[in-house]
Amino acid sequence: MSVGIVLVSHSPALAGATAEMAGSLAGSDVTIAPAGGTDDGEFGTSIELIRAAIATADSGDGVCVLMDMGSSVLTAKTLLGELEDEDDAPRVQLADAPFTEGAVAAAVLAATGQDLDAVTRAAQDAWTMRKL
Amino acid sequence: MAFDTATATAWIIRCADEVRAAEARLTALDAAIGDGDHGANLARGLAAAVSSLTDKAPDTPGGVLVAAGRGLVAKTGGASGPLYGSGLRKAGKALGDETDADAAQLGEALHAMQTGIQELGGAAEGDKTMIDALAPAVAAFREAAPDGLAQAARAAAEAAEAGVAATVPLQARKGRASYLGERSIGHEDPGAASTAIILRALAEVTA
Repeated sequence: MSVGIVLVSHSPALAGATAEMAGSLAGSDVTIAPAGGTDDGEFGTSIELIRAAIATADSGDGVCVLMDMGSSVLTAKTLLGELEDEDDAPRVQLADAPFTEGAVAAAVLAATGQDLDAVTRAAQDAWTMRKL
Repeated sequence: MAFDTATATAWIIRCADEVRAAEARLTALDAAIGDGDHGANLARGLAAAVSSLTDKAPDTPGGVLVAAGRGLVAKTGGASGPLYGSGLRKAGKALGDETDADAAQLGEALHAMQTGIQELGGAAEGDKTMIDALAPAVAAFREAAPDGLAQAARAAAEAAEAGVAATVPLQARKGRASYLGERSIGHEDPGAASTAIILRALAEVTA
């Protein structure tokens, strides 16, 4: 069991590839579910794809969601509001994090069995990791 | 007249019709400073909103706005979906079980819509967003509410249209257009433009 991760992007390819990369760096024990594009495969955001990805990623320890920008953020926030009104909804946190670096940081931490707070914090701390 | 289930339904249908008619203009505005999908996205979202009314046939005006909001959130695909969709749901919830809302009640519901949109998107007046049309419209609606629904809705539409014009000299501080910095100046904000269409539609169905 570990914290699951959901990656929300306007682009199906970007969400999928980022999930693949973060997964390869973290190991196989973490479920990273992409939610890219609209429900008909176009660029954009789908609240139902995000909801389904959360269901896929949740193993009972909660789900950390990372968003690229714009409608991804607004749609994820809207879904979080809906889940708060539902019984038996999975525990979900939105990470205010850079998309790629945050996804890798979250996946690496989740693979060590850390809890949801720690995984979300790791994603958000990715802002401070300078490259040069 | 009151804002009842039939009027609320007519408003959403009118919004869908008017946005579809303005789709090319909204898309052109958005192509100048955004990603050029606002017209198509909102037309798709409002079509879904109308479908959800047909499916559910809500029996209160609040129920109509909540169902329409859900359709917008589900199908729009861009930022306008969660913004307008959450806003309409807040407005619907503010109306509660009322079957015949008066102008004062609808004014409070529109204010709840504005607050919900601002909480979700974080925009303030002057950021060159839909709030620059919605905030003055809601203020005008509430001010004119004692004169009745038709007067209030007309005042709101006029204030929204003035708000759209006032976005032209603004520099965008939210959304994709904000990356353009000063180059966003000189363009009408597409979100404000669609808000004005939505409020004009309200004035038309309550006239």
